Amino acid sequence: MMYQIKDLHLSLPDMTRKPLLGPAPRIEILKGLTFDVPKGAVLGIVGGSGSGKSTLGRAMLRLLEPTAGEVVFDGQTITHLSENALRPLRRRFQMIFQDPMSSLNPRRRVGGIIAGPLHLHGFDGVPGRVAEALDMVGLPRHFSRRYPHELSGGQRQRVGIARAIALQPDFILADEIVSGLDVSSQAQVLNLLGELVRDLGLTLAFISHDLSVIRRLCNRVVVLHQGVIVEEAETARLFDAPKARYTQELLQAIPLPDPFQKWL
Amino acid sequence: MRDARGDLRRPVGLRLWLSGGWLTLLVLGAVFAPWIAPKDPLMQDLFLGRLPPFWESGTEPGFWLGTDSLGRDVLSRMLYGARLALEVAMIAGTLTCIIGAALGLIAGYYRGWPDRIISRFVDIWMAFPPVLFAILLIAVLGPGLWSIIIAIVVIDWTRFARVIRAEAMSQGAMDYVASAQVAGRKRFGTMLTEILPNVLPTIVVLLTLEMGIAVIVEAILSFVNLSISTDSPTWGGMIAEGRTSVHQAWWVLVFPLIALFLTVLSFSQLGEGLKDRFDPVLR
Repeated sequence: MMYQIKDLHLSLPDMTRKPLLGPAPRIEILKGLTFDVPKGAVLGIVGGSGSGKSTLGRAMLRLLEPTAGEVVFDGQTITHLSENALRPLRRRFQMIFQDPMSSLNPRRRVGGIIAGPLHLHGFDGVPGRVAEALDMVGLPRHFSRRYPHELSGGQRQRVGIARAIALQPDFILADEIVSGLDVSSQAQVLNLLGELVRDLGLTLAFISHDLSVIRRLCNRVVVLHQGVIVEEAETARLFDAPKARYTQELLQAIPLPDPFQKWL
Repeated sequence: MRDARGDLRRPVGLRLWLSGGWLTLLVLGAVFAPWIAPKDPLMQDLFLGRLPPFWESGTEPGFWLGTDSLGRDVLSRMLYGARLALEVAMIAGTLTCIIGAALGLIAGYYRGWPDRIISRFVDIWMAFPPVLFAILLIAVLGPGLWSIIIAIVVIDWTRFARVIRAEAMSQGAMDYVASAQVAGRKRFGTMLTEILPNVLPTIVVLLTLEMGIAVIVEAILSFVNLSISTDSPTWGGMIAEGRTSVHQAWWVLVFPLIALFLTVLSFSQLGEGLKDRFDPVLR
């Protein structure tokens, strides 16, 4: 198993309702989640906004510390590990962010953005690896001289992917990575990600609110609603026979390719 | 796959040229004052008192901008005064910038108790009236170049701390900071390599602004006779002397005032101009 999540709880302080004295009340965001991510799986995590899917992702990567429960990465419990103890493990689980503009430092060139994590983890032959990563995501090598603002949205998201795969991770979390892109860039980035997962033998967790995107890419889906897993199933089964009411609602919300003609 | 966006260059603005030009002139004048000053700035000659500038009648050759009531050459005194003004601007501005920006960066990025301590200090500091605070400090420390510098640093670090804290806070919420954590970069390293380059344009603008403010503070302190020893020429001192005889000899007041005005304006415009040059998004 790549990940085992056991009864995961996470609550954050609500600073808007903090009394003058004393601690702020806590909002429970994740209310006891249990699921596994097998090695080589492409897991879709789907849910409406506020369902806790991004929080779940950040807890899995230990950008947030769970309040209760357990996160086991490749046999190692990382639930409450300190940042120093996590650091050597960090190379193995990487993340691609939703907003490719704010996730790339605007003052660094693309080459520096990809090379930075490689230097941190003591890789040798960094320039070669940067070039290789750019090749893999289909960007020309001279793009390493560019600044992020000189790229299009799709190109920026490819840089985000290149930064993650350059570290040769075992697991990648993709948090709504196509929701900021136009439809044709979406398709390109999704195809690229699918190919990379296959070629590199990656395990992927793909967070999205869009079930049609999940259907293309994932072989297993977890449906989140208000911090609880309402359904977990293989993709084909979920789309054919959704059990939970909330899943049925999500499926009905997928826009159809052939809309009612008179509407136009 | 090649586009021309990288080739776009904004022309070097007029403001950068004008402000840079005046400051260069001033620095050269200050550095080479002993060689280019037409007269000894301290030499008094009561027979040559209140000579007008060169374009008016009744002037003596060599006294380009006239003399004050003691017969001292205004141009020479301004050149020597520029030395002190620029020394204070450079040293006090830089020190204030380093201390204030470092504290603001720590408060804004680390949040938590460092932020609480630093922010409370800033709040308390802001409640002091700055000029009175400076005069009080000089009175305690005694007049002298380093007293002026210390007074400016002690008073004005809050200006940097407040702005840089807010800037670091908004940068700290960006995903590239989370991405540095995913990559395993240490927090201190993230602050220096990810946050600092992004707040640098703001720091540069504030730094040049602070240099202008330092020039003004030095002039105010000289005006109330709390700068360096009273016989060294200072712009503030000249303005104070010129004020008493403004109806008989306006030039003693007006020329240092113009120099002061142009210098402060140039510093702030230089900052704005440099900010544009620094920003890869705007460049």
